[in-house]
Amino acid sequence: MSTENIALTEAVYYTLLSLYSPLHGYGIMQKVEDLSAGRVKLAAGTLYGAISTMLEKGWISALPGEKNSRKKEYEITALGKEIAGNELLRLRELLANGELIIKGVEK
Amino acid sequence: MRKTIRKRFWVWDFDKEEKWLNDMSAKGLQLCDVGFSKYVFEEGLPGEYVYRLELLDNSPNHTESVQYIRFIEDTGAEQIGSLMRWVYFRKRAGGNGFNLFSDIDSRIAHLNRILLLVGILSGLNLFNGVNQISYWFSSGRLFSLITGILCLAIGVLIGYGFIHIFLKKRKLKKEKILRE
Repeated sequence: MSTENIALTEAVYYTLLSLYSPLHGYGIMQKVEDLSAGRVKLAAGTLYGAISTMLEKGWISALPGEKNSRKKEYEITALGKEIAGNELLRLRELLANGELIIKGVEK
Repeated sequence: MRKTIRKRFWVWDFDKEEKWLNDMSAKGLQLCDVGFSKYVFEEGLPGEYVYRLELLDNSPNHTESVQYIRFIEDTGAEQIGSLMRWVYFRKRAGGNGFNLFSDIDSRIAHLNRILLLVGILSGLNLFNGVNQISYWFSSGRLFSLITGILCLAIGVLIGYGFIHIFLKKRKLKKEKILRE
C-alpha cells in the first residue's frame, strides 16, 4: 500500500483536508469551495462516491451520529492523515520542479 | 396550473432529456412529476430550478439508493420522481449551481451503468430474434419469423444506443489521459 505511488484526485485530496474537523456531506462541499476560493465545486454524486470509497479504505470514518440528526458526519482517520501527508510530499515535488524549470527559464 | 406533456426520450438520450427539462424550466414550466413518457409541469418562475437525471445502481427504494438520495437531498436538492431506476432531481437555481458529477471518473461510472442496462436489453433482443428465426427455419411457423424480425429490429435499435453511449464514454476516457 505505502509503496504504491498514488496521486489523489482533487476531490479526494480536498475532502481529506476538509475532514480534519468533522463535517457532513454538504459541509464538505462548502468547505472545499471555501478552501479553494471558489475554484473547486464538488458535485454531490461525485462526493458521495469519494466518501464511500474512502470509508471502505479506512481513510475517513463516519461519526456515531446523534439520534435526531439524519445527516452523517465524517472525520479523517490516522491512515487518512498519512495519505494526505504523502500527497503533500508529492505536491511539494511537483511544485519544486515546476518552479525550477518554468521560473528558472524566465530568470 | 398543471400541464401534462407526453414525450418520449430514448434511454441513451438522457442528456437531451435533461436539457429539455431545463429548457422548460427556463420558460417557467417546472417539472413536478414523471411517468412513462409523461411529464407533469407546474407553472413557476422562469429558471427557478435546475434539473438532473441519474440512473441508479438499484431501484429507488432499495436501501443503498435511499441512502444516496437522502445524501443528495441533504445538499439542498430534491427528488421529484423516478422511473424504473432513473431518478429525477432538481435544485433551486443560484448559489453554486447543481451538478451530480464534477469529475470524469464519476461521469464514466454513470455511463457504465447505462451501458450495462442497454447492453443487456440489446443482447437479449438480438439473441431472442436469432432464436425465433432459426425456429422459423426448422418449423416454418410464420409467427416465429415475425417475432424474430421484430426482436432483431429492437435489438439493433438498442444496440445503436449502446454504441452512442460507448463512443461518449471513449471520448471521456481520452480526456482523462490529460485531466481529471
